[in-house]
Amino acid sequence: MADIQDYNSTPKYETFSYLPAMGPEKMRRQIAYLVNQGWNPGIEHVEPERASTYYWYMWKLPMFGEQSVDTVIAELEACHRAHPDHHVRLIGYDNYSQSQGSAFVVFRGR
Amino acid sequence: MAVKKYEAGVKEYRQTYWAPEYVPLDSDILACFKITPQPGVDREEAAAAVAAESSTGTWTTVWTDLLTDMDYYKGRSYRIEDVPGDDSSFYAFIAYPIDLFEEGSVVNVFTSLVGNVFGFKAVRALRLEDVRFPLAYVKTCNGPPHGIQVERDKMNKYGRPMLGCTIKPKLGLSAKNYGRAVYECLRGGLDFTKDDENVNSQPFMRWRDRFLFVADAIHTAEAETGERKGHYLNVTAPSPEEMYERAEFAKELNMPIIMHDFLTGGFCANTGLARWCRKSGTLLHIHRAMHAVVDRNPHHGIHFRVLVKALRLSGGDHLHTGTVVGKLEGDRASTQGWVDLLRESFVPEDRSRGIFFDQDWGSMPGVFAVASGGIHVWHMPSLLAIFGDDAVFQFGGGTLGHPWGNAAGAAANRVALEACVEARNEGRDLEREGKDILTNAAKDSPELKIALETWKEIKFEFDTVDKLDVVNR
Repeated sequence: MADIQDYNSTPKYETFSYLPAMGPEKMRRQIAYLVNQGWNPGIEHVEPERASTYYWYMWKLPMFGEQSVDTVIAELEACHRAHPDHHVRLIGYDNYSQSQGSAFVVFRGR
Repeated sequence: MAVKKYEAGVKEYRQTYWAPEYVPLDSDILACFKITPQPGVDREEAAAAVAAESSTGTWTTVWTDLLTDMDYYKGRSYRIEDVPGDDSSFYAFIAYPIDLFEEGSVVNVFTSLVGNVFGFKAVRALRLEDVRFPLAYVKTCNGPPHGIQVERDKMNKYGRPMLGCTIKPKLGLSAKNYGRAVYECLRGGLDFTKDDENVNSQPFMRWRDRFLFVADAIHTAEAETGERKGHYLNVTAPSPEEMYERAEFAKELNMPIIMHDFLTGGFCANTGLARWCRKSGTLLHIHRAMHAVVDRNPHHGIHFRVLVKALRLSGGDHLHTGTVVGKLEGDRASTQGWVDLLRESFVPEDRSRGIFFDQDWGSMPGVFAVASGGIHVWHMPSLLAIFGDDAVFQFGGGTLGHPWGNAAGAAANRVALEACVEARNEGRDLEREGKDILTNAAKDSPELKIALETWKEIKFEFDTVDKLDVVNR
């Protein structure tokens, strides 16, 4: 038994939440992928205790047609500054599938 | 109007059912059969016989033929092709008028296409290779209860495949112990767990007890992780009444997904259940027990791509497709062909992937491909490269066999999956750099590290029995 480790479950928030928090370089590459898929970036945030609800607070409006990774990062950071304790997630709206192509938490709340 | 007179007796089939000049209508149902005729039966006569016996024909002329417009209703063989590398058989293409079939009835279509004709004496063996369902017919079918996009929205899973696990041992666990195994998998990071197809309602675990304990496991795991979870509750039952009783109870417990075995349960039960699922807001996972009985022999039976189309029309939100990489039968190009038939809205003819016809699904929702059987973390990079995001990867032994238990096994799989998705999005070549991606991710996950040591880089390299007939061999 001594070589078996116990597993503790902790609150998670879907895609990429089982990996260590992304550094700026990794984040940049994921945003570039999202934009290159033709998806429209959108930002949402929420108190961590309410993270399991479908709807989080929408930060402004989705950035339809936005191609600049820098612009998306600037908005993510602005949202994070305004709500430092909240989870902040990036969504890629796919208007062809009428769903989300991707969604992942960029800044993890406290 | 041409006048026809009744002449009793036996006519050659080709006189009525061989029509090389026929141009198929957009509304025809088209079928491609691989025919192995009996010695001495020529190709055109065999093809015409198959067209006749799967549509309006009988072995002899009957006077009542003249009471209807047979030219409107008869099936026609309109083309014959060699099978590359196989002189014993040939392909026959047959067109059936849409009015031969009841609307929205997979049952009726298959009763004709794969009915008596498969026992017909003039052919030694017969295989239904592909069927083109015209959009006019597709629109009469209910199809998947929800489809890929709605399931993603309901389960809140985006930008990645989902993870599942079939609970083992597949038979013999008590309901409460079974629920424990489910809970451990889900809290560790899986999205779904699954009843084995053999689990219905046996003496060791009656369905109602299983449903109750599994519901508790799901609700607890959801509360702990904050993520949405499900378990495919198998409602396959001895009779439709019992099937619906089980489905209703799953709905009462707020369970997001149930499961059915569409071949052993039958198309009639499956279509009814899929309609019930649409009405009830319940997702439907489909197992395919018995498929290999009908689809494995390259000369006789029904190709799996046809069963895939039948399921998409009859209804299901998930379907098992084989893994390509695991222990079961499969061929990569062929598998990707039928995976497209499940998920895409238009699939063009492509012989290199075994697809004989363009298939237009119109607005019919897509079905998640389920890769399950003999797979583990080392397969993750290839699975993601082959299947992309709209799939469920199911690791049974690959989760439950982890030396630290189900939760750790689940976490290992989830970390491996997310690392592969992250790497793919960064533009890395998953199949070439897979080892590097996984070992790097294991630095932050002791669960993955042990999993990688436990299974090492196992490969299953048996040759496939049923290969695509695309090149001479």
